[in-house]
Amino acid sequence: MISIVDYGVGNIQAITNIYKRLNIPVRTARTAEELTRAEKVILPGVGSFDWAMTRLNNSGMRDVLVDVVLSKGRPVLGICVGMQMIAKRSDEGSLEGLGWIDAEVRKFDVAAASHRAYLPHMGWNDVEPRCRECLFKDIGATGRFYFLHSYYFAPKDPKVIHGVTDYGGPFASCVHSGNIYGVQFHPEKSHQCGIQLLKNFAVM
Amino acid sequence: MWHPAVEEFCGDVSMLRPRITPCLLVKNGGLVKTINFGNPKYVGDPINAVKIFNEKEVDEIIVLDIDASVQKKEPDYALIKNLAAECRMPLCYGGGVKTVQQVEEIISLGVEKVAISSAAIGNPELIAKAAEVVGNQSIVVVMDVKKVEAREPYEIFVHNGTKGTGFNPVEFAKTAEQLGAGELVINSIDCDGLMKGYDLQLARKVRDATNLPMTVLGGAGSLNDIAALIELFGTIGAAAGSLFVFKGSFRAVLINYPNRSEKDALVPQTRRAVV
Repeated sequence: MISIVDYGVGNIQAITNIYKRLNIPVRTARTAEELTRAEKVILPGVGSFDWAMTRLNNSGMRDVLVDVVLSKGRPVLGICVGMQMIAKRSDEGSLEGLGWIDAEVRKFDVAAASHRAYLPHMGWNDVEPRCRECLFKDIGATGRFYFLHSYYFAPKDPKVIHGVTDYGGPFASCVHSGNIYGVQFHPEKSHQCGIQLLKNFAVM
Repeated sequence: MWHPAVEEFCGDVSMLRPRITPCLLVKNGGLVKTINFGNPKYVGDPINAVKIFNEKEVDEIIVLDIDASVQKKEPDYALIKNLAAECRMPLCYGGGVKTVQQVEEIISLGVEKVAISSAAIGNPELIAKAAEVVGNQSIVVVMDVKKVEAREPYEIFVHNGTKGTGFNPVEFAKTAEQLGAGELVINSIDCDGLMKGYDLQLARKVRDATNLPMTVLGGAGSLNDIAALIELFGTIGAAAGSLFVFKGSFRAVLINYPNRSEKDALVPQTRRAVV
C-alpha cells in the first residue's frame, strides 16, 4: 500500500482524496512504525526548504524513511519541496537535504531569463516528458501541471531528468533515479494530468 | 537557461499560462458577493461551490473571509481544512490573518497560499517573517484599492474598504516585494461587483513597479474583460467573483467557468510573457 508521509507539511488530504476516488488504497504515516510497512511512499511538501526539513527531522520518521527508500528500495515520489528535499542542499536554506540524488536546489535567476519572468514560478505550465512510460503514461506529449516555487532541482547527472519545463529557460520538473521519483509541480492540484500521474505511480 | 544539462532535449515547450481564478467571499460561513465592497448577497455554500469548481477544472481559487479581520476573529480553521481537502486546484485563503503562527497553521492544513491584507499594511514586517517560515511562494499580499481624486490617485483601504490607510498601492507593492511576498492581488473597490471591466490603469501602475506574479481582481464582467487583461499583460492572474457566480442580467446564481478551449482562446498564440 502507498503511504503518504504526514510530517505536518503539504496537502496530504488532497492526495488521499484522489486515491480514494481511484479506489486505490492509501494511508498516511505519522509515526516511524506506520511508515516501516510502506510499499510505496509519497513525500509531499510545501513551504520553505529548512522549514520542511526541520519538520521531517523532528517527525521521528526520517530514519525509517531512509531505510524504506534506500535499504528496502521502495518507490518514493517527492512532491514540490518533497522533491527538493531529495537533493543534497538548497540555496533556500542551510540544512542538509536527504541527498538521495546528487543534486542541488538553486534559485531561478530571472535576470538571466530569455524573456521577462516573474518569481515565484506560479501557475499552469507544460511538462515535456522525457519518457512516456512510468509517471507520464497516458499523459500525452505535454502535460499541464500547477507549479508554485522559486527554486529548482539541478541534478548533476542529466540522465535523471524525466520531465522538462520552460520558465525563462528549461529546468528539470521531474526526475527519476532507480526507485526515486520527484516532481516539482503539484499533481494533487493539477486536475486530470495530476490524477493520471498519481495513478501511474500507484500502479507501476 | 537555468541548467545546461536540460538544454539538449528541451523541444518546443510552451510558456507559463495566465491564471483565471474565481474569488469567493465568505461571510457567516456562507458565500456572498458584494458590490463596491457593500451589499453582500448570499450565493451559496463554500464547499459546494468548490465541488462545482473542481468539476470545471479551474486554474486556482481564492477564498477570502470578509468577516474575520473586521470582527477581529481567528481564521475559521475547520472551514479552511475542509476547503483544502476538497480543492483539487490550488487554494489561496485570506481573512483574519495577523501572525506568523496563523500563516503556519493554515499552510499545514494543506493550503498553498495565504493572503494577508490589513495586517501586512499595518505591520509590513509580517510579510518577511511569514515568508521566512513558509517560503515566499506561499505569501500573497492583497491590496484593496480605491481612487482618491483629491490626493494620490489611488489609496489602499482596509476593513472591507471602510478605512483609508494613506498608503499608495504602487509604493506598497514595491515594499511587499522587497520584504518577500510571492504574489500581489490588486482588488479594485471601485470596480467590485460592477462587471464593467478591470481597472487596467491601476493594473499597469502596479505591474510596472514590481517583478512579482500579480492577480487583478474587481470588475470582470465577461471573458472579453479577461482577454483584454491578458492581451496587455501576458502571464497574469485574472480573478473574478461575480462573473463566475452569476448568470444573466438578473444576477441569477449559477456557478460557471470557461472550459479548456474557451480558456485557451483567451491566450494569444505567442504565449510569451508581455512586459
